[in-house]
Amino acid sequence: MKTLLIGEYREGTLLDSTYELFGFADQLGADAALFLVGSDSRLPACNCPVYLADAVSCSEYAPDLHKALIVEVVAKEKPDYIVFQHSSYGWDLAPRVAAALKAAQISEVVAIQEEGVFEVCCCNGKMRRSVKSTTAQTVITLQTGAFPLRQSEGNPQVIEVVAGSPGTMEFVGYEPAEEKGVDLTKADVIVSAGRGIGKKDNVPVIAALAKALGGELGASRPVVDAEWVAHDHQVGTTGQTVAPKLYVACGISGAIQHLAGMKKSDFILAINKDKDAPIGEVADVLVVADVLQFVPAFTAALGK
Amino acid sequence: MKILVCIKQVPDMESRFRPDAAGTWFVEADLAFRMNEYDEYAVEEAVRLKEKLGGAPELTALSIGPDRVLEPLKKALAMGCDRAVHVKDAEVQNKDPWQIASIIAAYAKDQGFDLIFTGMQSQDRGSAQVGGFTSELLGIPCVTTLVGFAYDNGTIIAKRELEGGARGVVKLKSPALVTCQLGLNTPRYPTLPNIMKAKKKEIVTLAVSDLLKAEHLTKTTSFHPPAKKGGGVILEGEVPDLVNQVLGILKERTAVLR
Repeated sequence: MKTLLIGEYREGTLLDSTYELFGFADQLGADAALFLVGSDSRLPACNCPVYLADAVSCSEYAPDLHKALIVEVVAKEKPDYIVFQHSSYGWDLAPRVAAALKAAQISEVVAIQEEGVFEVCCCNGKMRRSVKSTTAQTVITLQTGAFPLRQSEGNPQVIEVVAGSPGTMEFVGYEPAEEKGVDLTKADVIVSAGRGIGKKDNVPVIAALAKALGGELGASRPVVDAEWVAHDHQVGTTGQTVAPKLYVACGISGAIQHLAGMKKSDFILAINKDKDAPIGEVADVLVVADVLQFVPAFTAALGK
Repeated sequence: MKILVCIKQVPDMESRFRPDAAGTWFVEADLAFRMNEYDEYAVEEAVRLKEKLGGAPELTALSIGPDRVLEPLKKALAMGCDRAVHVKDAEVQNKDPWQIASIIAAYAKDQGFDLIFTGMQSQDRGSAQVGGFTSELLGIPCVTTLVGFAYDNGTIIAKRELEGGARGVVKLKSPALVTCQLGLNTPRYPTLPNIMKAKKKEIVTLAVSDLLKAEHLTKTTSFHPPAKKGGGVILEGEVPDLVNQVLGILKERTAVLR
């Protein structure tokens, strides 16, 4: 069995998540080749063929061009699986490649079940599906963090890939993330508010618990999008990634993007009225209760 | 100018999901359905563009599914879309993303849409494939994960959300398809007068069999809850007891309470 792994490179750096692709190939027991739009000065630690296109001439984001280059490499390597990270780069590019190859795509894989069958998340992370490919080649995207990072000794065998037509889009550049007024990564305790708090007026209830525990206020994405809490308090993939001694999740269901940002906390306390909420998968303690009843009572008890 | 917005109806994610008899999807009875949240941002962005352009573009909302999808279509009309297309399909849950994209592309191919808006993914399947597949089938450029959008005379400046909160800025020409991320805008609530006005708007019904020619490329073989990872404790009961239990656990197992 053979995999073509699609590495990731951004703002001049090879992303570590590239090594999760090797972790997946390992678990599958498959041979790997890597495709990367990157730089020969930032090659991954691996001992397999690396099809390398230059990020300066190909642009880090040029999906039409990257698709065409991958399709070329697929014709040479004839892989059974073409594997991406389920990331802003991978979920954008994977369907284009799958459509070009008339191949099945299976998105956000969390586990390998058997040859050609993979487990994926659904219903906002609450449930799982097993999905079977019915085509000879299959495009796969991997949930970030679902497979172990694997680097290996030896030298990559670099095969240069030359840029073709740039396609229909012009990549203008990057805009940096907003300045963070609050550095949540330094806090020992973070108490985060989720959509389950109901409305903006209830944010002070959560902030009061954060204060009573000597911690900072955090928030999930929907709360930030609704402008209940400022963006620099956001925990998750597009906010801050934290690992405090204590993380308290108040009314947070636990979308994967949130879990990825806090699951390494030493101790996780979750309060949620839904016993099946995915936050329960990472919580050390899940209190099944109404946040607006439990949190004020808990804050009051801490003051005694 | 013509704009298409593709929307999906999904169950409320707070629901309890039970596998159906075939064990490949959920039982629909007792579930409350609503417009896929990502698609609400797509509708809002399309309506804002129409308003900015003085109401000139014709805005069509499309959804595939049984009669219950008339609800999100009516909501889209009340938010400001001009007309709706209901592709009637009682078996929509058995279609894979490739087939869904094929249906949309078959409908859109001769309609001359300048822009197609949709959500970056659905809340129930979360595959993030339909937008990309549809644009490939139509041979138009596609920008995914939109958190910023500007249109001027055929030129689009799109901002894509990247990990860590950075953005990638892309420039392209219409016709194009864009997939919307949460937070792109603030979707409006339909007002009562607009809900009344929407009742007079056209809803076209099409049979899925007239549009679907593609075979599926994937098959769902099982729908199930995640394996319990263990270790975690679930506490239920009265709030005062819960507070005491949690205080005890935190004192014992963390260094933050003394």
